[in-house]
Amino acid sequence: MSAAARVPDEAGTGAPLLSVRDLALHIPVPPHVLRAVDGISFDLRRGETLGLVGESGSGKTLTALMLMRLLEPPLDALPRGQVVLDGIDLMTLDEARMSALRGRTVSMVFQEPMTSLNPIMTVGRQIAEPLVRHLGLSPRQAAARAEAMLRLVHIPDPQRVAGAYPHLLSGGMRQRAMIAIALACRPAVLVADEPTTALDVTVQAQILELLGELQREMGSAILLITHDLAVIAETAHRVAVMYAGRIVEEAPVASLFAAPRHPYTRGLLASIPRIERVPAATLPEIPGMVPGPGDRPAGCAFMARCMRAISGCAAEAPPLAELGPGHRVACWNPADG
Amino acid sequence: MSATAALPESQIGRVWTRFRRHRLALAGAAVVALLLASALFAPVFAPQDPTLLDTALRFRAPFADWAHPLGTDELGRDTLSRLLHGGRVSLTVGLVAMVTTVATGALIGITAGFLGGWIDTLLMRFVDTMLCFPQVFLLLVVAAFVPPTLLSISLVIGLTSWMEVSRIVRAEILHLKEQDFVAAARALGASRARIMFRELLPNAAAPILVAATLKVASAVLMESYISYLGYGVQPPLASWGNMLTNAQGYFDTVPWLAILPGAAITLTVMGFNFLGDGLRDALDPRLRMDP
Repeated sequence: MSAAARVPDEAGTGAPLLSVRDLALHIPVPPHVLRAVDGISFDLRRGETLGLVGESGSGKTLTALMLMRLLEPPLDALPRGQVVLDGIDLMTLDEARMSALRGRTVSMVFQEPMTSLNPIMTVGRQIAEPLVRHLGLSPRQAAARAEAMLRLVHIPDPQRVAGAYPHLLSGGMRQRAMIAIALACRPAVLVADEPTTALDVTVQAQILELLGELQREMGSAILLITHDLAVIAETAHRVAVMYAGRIVEEAPVASLFAAPRHPYTRGLLASIPRIERVPAATLPEIPGMVPGPGDRPAGCAFMARCMRAISGCAAEAPPLAELGPGHRVACWNPADG
Repeated sequence: MSATAALPESQIGRVWTRFRRHRLALAGAAVVALLLASALFAPVFAPQDPTLLDTALRFRAPFADWAHPLGTDELGRDTLSRLLHGGRVSLTVGLVAMVTTVATGALIGITAGFLGGWIDTLLMRFVDTMLCFPQVFLLLVVAAFVPPTLLSISLVIGLTSWMEVSRIVRAEILHLKEQDFVAAARALGASRARIMFRELLPNAAAPILVAATLKVASAVLMESYISYLGYGVQPPLASWGNMLTNAQGYFDTVPWLAILPGAAITLTVMGFNFLGDGLRDALDPRLRMDP
């Protein structure tokens, strides 16, 4: 499936389904303030997959947890900004109303399929629970629907698997079951946090394909969080690259891979191993480290590692600026397209 | 436990298969079943009224005649009848106290562990305070104010021995609540109460079950202890504890009067402990090997 064929049904049309504005999580860690997520904004449209990519600690998972309002105390009081889903600001909802949306309108798949299922509840029951809770189905209807969901995620012998405990399933099967649970109520938005990281490469491809297939069938929007650019290339319509709590580049997937503008994105793409790289030269890497919480510079957080840094970079953090159609970059000296 | 209730029939079969391999547990289960049956049918099995005095037949030795298979005590009462009826009392107290202990301990443990923060601190300091007092002392103080009936004895034992259970449950919950499936349940809209009692508590069933069986055993011991001291089950009602009290005056001359109720207590305690062990191994699906 080429990137061009992956245009979502209503791409660019209509109001975004999920709209995130200036979302921030500043954690006071005396004497510093850890800017784990530092004012990010993005839109997600119906039927669209937005890839959120970045290295460990860039704030991807915290962003997902803030969207779902799943941060535990004492962090739960810290998020700032707006998350508007279908006209409702999730950040100001009380817990009871947020609870009613979770699993029904916005759902989540976690990274670790081995531990994300309740070990002492059958798979069928785990799929049926949200159906009973949110859609008011009877246990019998919910059980039937659970089997249908297992069939939908291509689990062989769904009747047997519905009555099985999670420890009897392989990692790939469990992730399929997780997806079945998350999508059982046909949520408008699915947040998938590294859904394939813990799986074999071949299983990875199957799971990604399954997500795409279910998206086309249900029209859900997917926020796909990963550190793996290959996953993004295969699945996403648009990509947002995060670095040190900020989005540094956002673009349609084809445009980003063909012509990355931010030096960090270019570095990421250059450091992907390629078979055709001859001779087997050293893999290019980005020098330096992500700045720690205390020594985040006033200007661009990437400056110290950047080969294109200019004198203005230290003064102020660059805003996201539109450099092409749908292609936004936060850089004072972006590379040519 | 709801974990067992939720198992489909084939699962019960698997649990039984695993349980059957645990020989000591089978022996424990047999002993417990025997004790429960003998307690339940004590009036049927008992050859005599346990309170019937017959001063002409004092201190009959066991196996001497068929009218008194296990002999008679210092007042000529039939020992077997008293053991059977005493077992009824001891097991009732043990089970009611265990239910009280486990319910209180589990509730306090899961509340402290799941909610955390100042609630956790408050509850755990309360536990520490309760543990500062020797349990027998607590029991005797309460017994001085509450008239000793079977129910009050059971509740008093239960309400003075839940602290360990609450610590066990809290520790288990602290470990469980960090697991991904709890976050996943929240992401699917499960409420706090639902997560506490449907996701977490059944997962803590194994240690609770083990604690529960141990608590039956220790409640039986505790009942014997306070009855022995005279604050528990009151004569003429027989209990293994007050049988021991009566026997202590004749320990050098008529040792079987002490040995028989002592053996009954030991057998009960061991039976419940082995049973709990086997149940833990058989019920925990994470330890289950067969598909």
